[in-house]
Amino acid sequence: MTALITLEAAEVAYKGRGAALGPLNLELENGEAVALVGASGAGKSTALRLLAGLERPTRGLVRRDLGSRETSVVFQAPTLAPWLSALANVRMPLELSGVGRSESEARARAALERVGLKDALKARPAHLSGGMAMRVSLARALVSGPRLLLLDEPFAALDEITRRALADDVLSLWRERRSTMVFVTHNVEEAVYMAGRVLVLTPGPGRIAAERRVTGPDERPSGFRASSRFRADVETVSADLAQAMESN
Amino acid sequence: MGGARSWAAPAVAAVVLLAAWELGCRLLHAPTYLLPAPSAVAAAGVDNAGLLAASAWRTLAMALEALLVAAAVAGGLAIAAALSRTVDHIVRPLAAAVQVTPVVAIAPLVVIWAGIDHPQRAIVSLAAVVAFFPLFSGAVAGLASADRDLERLFDLYQATPLQRLALLRAPSAAPFLIEAVKVAAGLAIIGAVVAEFVAGSGAAQGLAWRILEAGNLLQTPRMFAAILVLAAMAGALNGLLGLVEKRLLSWWRGR
Repeated sequence: MTALITLEAAEVAYKGRGAALGPLNLELENGEAVALVGASGAGKSTALRLLAGLERPTRGLVRRDLGSRETSVVFQAPTLAPWLSALANVRMPLELSGVGRSESEARARAALERVGLKDALKARPAHLSGGMAMRVSLARALVSGPRLLLLDEPFAALDEITRRALADDVLSLWRERRSTMVFVTHNVEEAVYMAGRVLVLTPGPGRIAAERRVTGPDERPSGFRASSRFRADVETVSADLAQAMESN
Repeated sequence: MGGARSWAAPAVAAVVLLAAWELGCRLLHAPTYLLPAPSAVAAAGVDNAGLLAASAWRTLAMALEALLVAAAVAGGLAIAAALSRTVDHIVRPLAAAVQVTPVVAIAPLVVIWAGIDHPQRAIVSLAAVVAFFPLFSGAVAGLASADRDLERLFDLYQATPLQRLALLRAPSAAPFLIEAVKVAAGLAIIGAVVAEFVAGSGAAQGLAWRILEAGNLLQTPRMFAAILVLAAMAGALNGLLGLVEKRLLSWWRGR
């Protein structure tokens, strides 16, 4: 297996605020689904920005075997431009990459249809529900066909039903495309559900306290969420997290 | 109901105030040159309607011209500052210096530069100086107001500085710009009036000139009429821009 991203003792510290993250050792393999779980303040978002190449490590090394524009991020908030329609928002990454108007529009349309928003192409973000806006954000992240998809607690602000529906959508998209996915969350259940490998972070500055292989998204029977296997995985990771909280 | 009541109370108050003023002037036999009764002001307004309208138009035209000049300069500088940190460091203190310098202090200098024969140029320039700062600081703040995560997305997709400006920062600045234009328009009128007091002459006869002229002749009712026209004009402009602001903002927000 080839590593898509390697972190070697990567640390991030901010002036005046001290260490925020690390040292972190981590390898992301091509096509895997990884979840990063930790308490708020553990530096989860910092880790995500490090993986995205949006931030440089203060110490240590980050190796990214990725071309430019092969990474997409979905943030905690939908982060849509209010002055643009859903379609124009989704088209933006392609526009920035210099893809022509008709092609970018067709691809954006297809991406929105894929997330079930065929009828909301012209809608402005203000007219979308939280779940719909997050779907637009997801379509925008996928439209450029990224090899690495990073999600930063994308469902935190959504209600339980919407959250579960979106989680299943993200997983089915992942199964289709097999891009590497990193899902950051403070919710253990969500972490276990969204990944085949769960990394548990200590409280800030976050280090990896435990690493668990769990039943991956492509080896699950139907009704997995209610299964005893899922519950057992959740219990194991919960115990890891509890221990990680104490260790600091 | 609520709407009617919201303007009914101030309207009644205005009528009561005007009546008290009129009655007071008559009962106390106040000399007209000191405090003209509302009826005398109204009569002066009607008698000089054509002249006042023409002067109001002159002042308004000069103020709007100044607003355009100031917007072009402020917008250009703000964009340059957004694109280059060095420019930003150079321009900011200069803009602040322009803001704290009283317009009357630089008026004589501008009159010399504009040429004694071109008071209109001097007035427009001075009004533009007054209107400049809110436009500049609004544009600078607006261009820096884009959502942090959207900025990160633009980093991620390796947007060029021009793409970032055109597709993210400029549209994000829109609400700030609209507000800045509203503030600057009011200041441009004030600036035009002040500049006219200092630089005005027979060649540029705006409302300020009418006020000065009437004052010199102790035609106080005419003075009042000119002041009222000025206030009404500024109020109307403010109201109009308020409406435009509401419309543009609701379009920008998408609702």
